[in-house]
Amino acid sequence: MAEISYRDAVTRGIAQEMARDPDVVFLGEDVAKPGGCFKATVGLYEQFGGVRVRDTPISEQAILGAAMGAAMTGLKPIAEIMFSDFIAVCFDYIANEFPKARYMSNGQTKCPLVVRTANGAGSRFGAQHSQSVENWCMMIPGLKVVAPSSPIDVVGLMAAAVRDPDPVIFFEHKSLYNSKGEVPDGEILDTLGTAKILRPGKDCTIVALALMVPRALEAAERLRIDHGIDCEVIDVRSLVPLDTKTILASVAKTHRLFTVEENPRLCGWGAEIVSIVADEAFYDLDGPPVRITTPHIPLPAADIMEDVVLPTPQRIMETIRRSLGS
Amino acid sequence: MSTAKDRAPGPAGSGLNDDIGEEKRLALYRSQVRLRDAEQRAFDLFLQNLVKGTSHLSLGQEAIAAGFAEAMVKGDLSFCTYRGHAHTLARGVPVEKVLGELMQKDNGLMRGKGGSMHLTSEKHGVMGSYAIIGAHLPIACGAAWRAQYRGDKDVSVCFFGDGTTNIGAFHEALNFAAVWKLPVVFVCENNLYMEYTPIKDVIPIPQPAADRASAYGLERILIDGNDADIVYRTAQKAFARARAGEGPSLIECLTYRHSGHSRADPAKYRPEGELEEWKKHDPVKLYRERLKQFGVSDAQIAEIDASVRKEVDDATEACKAAPSPPLDIITTDVYADGGWAWRN
Repeated sequence: MAEISYRDAVTRGIAQEMARDPDVVFLGEDVAKPGGCFKATVGLYEQFGGVRVRDTPISEQAILGAAMGAAMTGLKPIAEIMFSDFIAVCFDYIANEFPKARYMSNGQTKCPLVVRTANGAGSRFGAQHSQSVENWCMMIPGLKVVAPSSPIDVVGLMAAAVRDPDPVIFFEHKSLYNSKGEVPDGEILDTLGTAKILRPGKDCTIVALALMVPRALEAAERLRIDHGIDCEVIDVRSLVPLDTKTILASVAKTHRLFTVEENPRLCGWGAEIVSIVADEAFYDLDGPPVRITTPHIPLPAADIMEDVVLPTPQRIMETIRRSLGS
Repeated sequence: MSTAKDRAPGPAGSGLNDDIGEEKRLALYRSQVRLRDAEQRAFDLFLQNLVKGTSHLSLGQEAIAAGFAEAMVKGDLSFCTYRGHAHTLARGVPVEKVLGELMQKDNGLMRGKGGSMHLTSEKHGVMGSYAIIGAHLPIACGAAWRAQYRGDKDVSVCFFGDGTTNIGAFHEALNFAAVWKLPVVFVCENNLYMEYTPIKDVIPIPQPAADRASAYGLERILIDGNDADIVYRTAQKAFARARAGEGPSLIECLTYRHSGHSRADPAKYRPEGELEEWKKHDPVKLYRERLKQFGVSDAQIAEIDASVRKEVDDATEACKAAPSPPLDIITTDVYADGGWAWRN
């Protein structure tokens, strides 16, 4: 057991899988010799060599297309898209190619690959390098979508994603790269489609993802201390497959639901969860489900503005307190 | 264009035993006739309202599909566009499977789940037909990367139209393949029209693919795409280069589609007489004449024509009799577990 950073967990997860399976290859812009724009892949080139860990031109379509062709014919590629915002320039592969090949070919074509990408705000990079775009991927049938919040989950979900036979979009959060957590020694393999209850509680359910998870936990702690409100905090971890059982069971127990989303308001993943709860657990609810999101605006660059628009522990806490009437 | 030497079928009476040989020439002829008949049948079935959705025919472009497919060996991979019936058939996929998919029957190649624009038969090396312009060029690079990584000797062959040369993925893929020296062969079928607009109206150079090859350090290759012998020889050369680890090739084949862009297009934008002029250089007609010059008898040619016609006729009847696909496959094969579950 050792404490490692979320950044180092990325390297560890990829290295674990590359050491296990020679079919795992890794490509992206500046990922090999430079070790990644966020230094999340330092040492992989040295450990596995330039044949398996390859720097590419700035050609996102070529990166994802090549990953797909390699996956279709037997490799298990991991492709990096440096900033998740850049998914927009290669969205054809995410939206039209990876997720539809198996279906359109009536099961002939396989596409076992991982696209890992740096998602989210907090770096003051402005509207084209800070977005949370997991909902861009969640809406497409045929994809799987994960977004870990802790180093141990990064390693375990990376392993699960690489071993999964379907295309997986793996969202790492830029503002979590420096965060640290205990990670056991030896191989770690997690399961896609499983949410985690990080803090049990009885008064309300808070469902969060990625950077919003530590913020929800902080809000929950302050609600307990300041207001005696006992929150259950669920880290969704995997948007597709979605662990609705864990969420519905929690709502059945606490009778209130709050989602904390970094994405802009419209069509965020929380809307889908609220819809499922409204459909299937309406009579478990003692009050309206509440979505806490970034407003529906492009992200501003300046620190004081960016800090205000993202859900903060303070905003989460106040929203829940007001809603519960304490 | 090709040189006179490339075009010449060889001295009359010399027999068929040049570098291509009798067996391969008969195969090239049979393949072209088969593509012609199957696609003409698809058009007829469309007029009878039995082919649904859209369809994009390659009538007049058969020499490219036949020439490349006959130069490929088992294990080589084809990546096609929505105009992919001919390339799919040329790899040996039964006519019934293709017509069945066009007619959206249960006997179709993908049981109606893909449609005419997405013909796929991995066991024949047909790794998909892609309907988003340019998408499959990077995908073919990836398959070639796998071959390079594993030391496999197969070649990935990627077919596309002239219009594709103006899209970003074309340039990303060409650069990527050249830098990584991938065993991939890019084949531009320049039939002079994108969809309705002439390609010459939207490029600042005469040849959309060949004149861009130098940007990627590749040889300029422009050939007569209606002469199956020239196509076949060019393919062989490019495949040998790819298998030897010398990297990709970009081949521009000049051709002409006899039909419109898709089934909805009567092709009225073509200048008068252009189609008639190109029909004088019809690949099937040209190759039939060549076989005769080489001494193949009319009876032998008629026998090939008849056996192809029988396959197409039998396939048509089988497709007409085939049931529609069952509705329970609507939700199969979304994910690798065979199902569509996105939640527990």
